[in-house]
Amino acid sequence: MTSLYEEIADGPGEGVPVRRVMITVNGERRTADVEPRLLLAHLLRQGLKLTGTHTGCDTSNCGACTVLFDGKPIKSCTMLAAQADGHEVTTIEGLASASELHPIQEGFKDEHGLQCGFCTPGMMLAAKALLDENPDPDEDEVRWALSGNLCRCTGYQNIVKSVLWAAKKMHADTPADGN
Amino acid sequence: MYPSRFRYEAPATIEEVIDLLHDGGGEAKVLAGGQSLIPLMKLRFAAPELVVDINRLAGLDYHRVDPDGSIHVGALCRHADLERSVLLSSKQPTMAEAAPLIADPIVRTRGTLVGSLCHADPQGDWAAVVTALGGYVVAQGRDGRRTIPVDEFVSGPFQNVLAYDEIVVEAVIPPPTGTVAGGYLKLERRVGDFATAGSAVALELSGDVVLRAGIALTGVGASTINATNSAAVLTGRALTSEVIGEAADLAAVAAQPKSDHRGSAEYKRHLVRTFVERILTRVTETQQRAA
Ligand SMILES: Cc1cc2nc3c(=O)[nH]c(=O)nc-3n(C[C@H](O)[C@H](O)[C@H](O)COP(=O)(O)OP(=O)(O)OC[C@H]3O[C@@H](n4cnc5c(N)ncnc54)[C@H](O)[C@@H]3O)c2cc1C
Ligand code: FES
Ligand code: FES
Repeated sequence: MTSLYEEIADGPGEGVPVRRVMITVNGERRTADVEPRLLLAHLLRQGLKLTGTHTGCDTSNCGACTVLFDGKPIKSCTMLAAQADGHEVTTIEGLASASELHPIQEGFKDEHGLQCGFCTPGMMLAAKALLDENPDPDEDEVRWALSGNLCRCTGYQNIVKSVLWAAKKMHADTPADGN
Repeated sequence: MYPSRFRYEAPATIEEVIDLLHDGGGEAKVLAGGQSLIPLMKLRFAAPELVVDINRLAGLDYHRVDPDGSIHVGALCRHADLERSVLLSSKQPTMAEAAPLIADPIVRTRGTLVGSLCHADPQGDWAAVVTALGGYVVAQGRDGRRTIPVDEFVSGPFQNVLAYDEIVVEAVIPPPTGTVAGGYLKLERRVGDFATAGSAVALELSGDVVLRAGIALTGVGASTINATNSAAVLTGRALTSEVIGEAADLAAVAAQPKSDHRGSAEYKRHLVRTFVERILTRVTETQQRAA
């Protein structure tokens, strides 16, 4: 893959070696040549064209850029792309399989968990990290897990309902006999 | 925003980290959780020439209790590890109560206790907690290791006493004598905001008599405040409501808050007083229930 500095208009630095990184993104191995200062969020968006990862602030506050890093939620604007070398990253594009929505996505659809949608990818990945760790959260636990993700539209009520809906649905989809 | 240019190294051994810092001659920065350093670099408040990422060092992500009762937190132990720690929830109430109050859940995935101590933000919660507990850091440089008590380690706002080619390998809480009690209370305007004010209280008790007390304050001074006078009135005494009131008053006196968008100086002093009183009262309630 080519190196990328579209947003960083001054191009790759002279004298600063570009590093080749190999990252498993949504199950696929990707390689990229990155300048050390390239943020993971920028690599995902500009380099890999995975524009589902949003960036909503310059201060590491909003959580719109949340992705899963080795299964755990991180702010991709607050990690260098170079740090992801050898690791696994899941973005919102990796949540659904080709034809089916993930139950979390269904939940957001069913319970009107989004309005403008800007915060939604980050919300869904933070929710996924929660449900992976705790498949049966109560409302407080959902609020707690999503407390690093800001939404300027919904007032959060329906986001919380969406995640609880997804938890229920995922239970129903997992029969006790393990089939 | 994106950082200005820098060279990046991610070595596999502490010795290499120290050599790189040494060669960097003061223009190099250690990168741990990155949750303070990267935001500063994005805003270009920090512009190191060399970033030495320590995340590839093996065996530093631990936190453990040694047989002597001391607690050790490695340089790559994340806030989230401490938040989920069964060990802390059974052995160290002040740390256990603080861990979920640091930043937000996503920042806690990456940020480290040791990084937070090194960053020395007057608003940083861990510095107050570790100060109240009488903890120290273990620093490693070219000449080996040395220990530095946390209240000497932090030398001012965003300043610590490390040499440019030293790194902190772990933070240590010394073994307690007696029963451990205490807590951490913090007011934040919303999740992820820094403390309007915070109070850390750490006690060691024999029956209902206090053997050792530590009280430290977050966000009410140019750096973490070690409220030694407040702690001193507790030592050797039982936690009567009078003694608790005295300690709470002295903690409020030790605070040096400034009025800002988070609240007036007077309000912050009131918070400090209330938090110390609440934590100590809670300890006596637990004692009464146990009796
Ligand atoms: C949105 C947001 C909200 C936050 N809210 C809070 C809060 O409420 N309370 C709070 O206490 N903190 C808060 N923080 C800060 C957070 O806790 C950081 O994780 C912490 O301050 C720094 O730890 P780190 O591991 O991320 O360090 P880094 O960012 O990697 O490093 C910070 C500094 O310490 C140095 N350093 C790090 N590790 C070492 C080491 N082992 N040896 C020598 N030097 C080292 C670095 O060179 C750098 O100068 C917040 C951060 C964000 C982004
Ligand atoms: S873009 Fe706002 S936290 Fe990353
Ligand atoms: S739906 Fe618009 S920010 Fe959340």
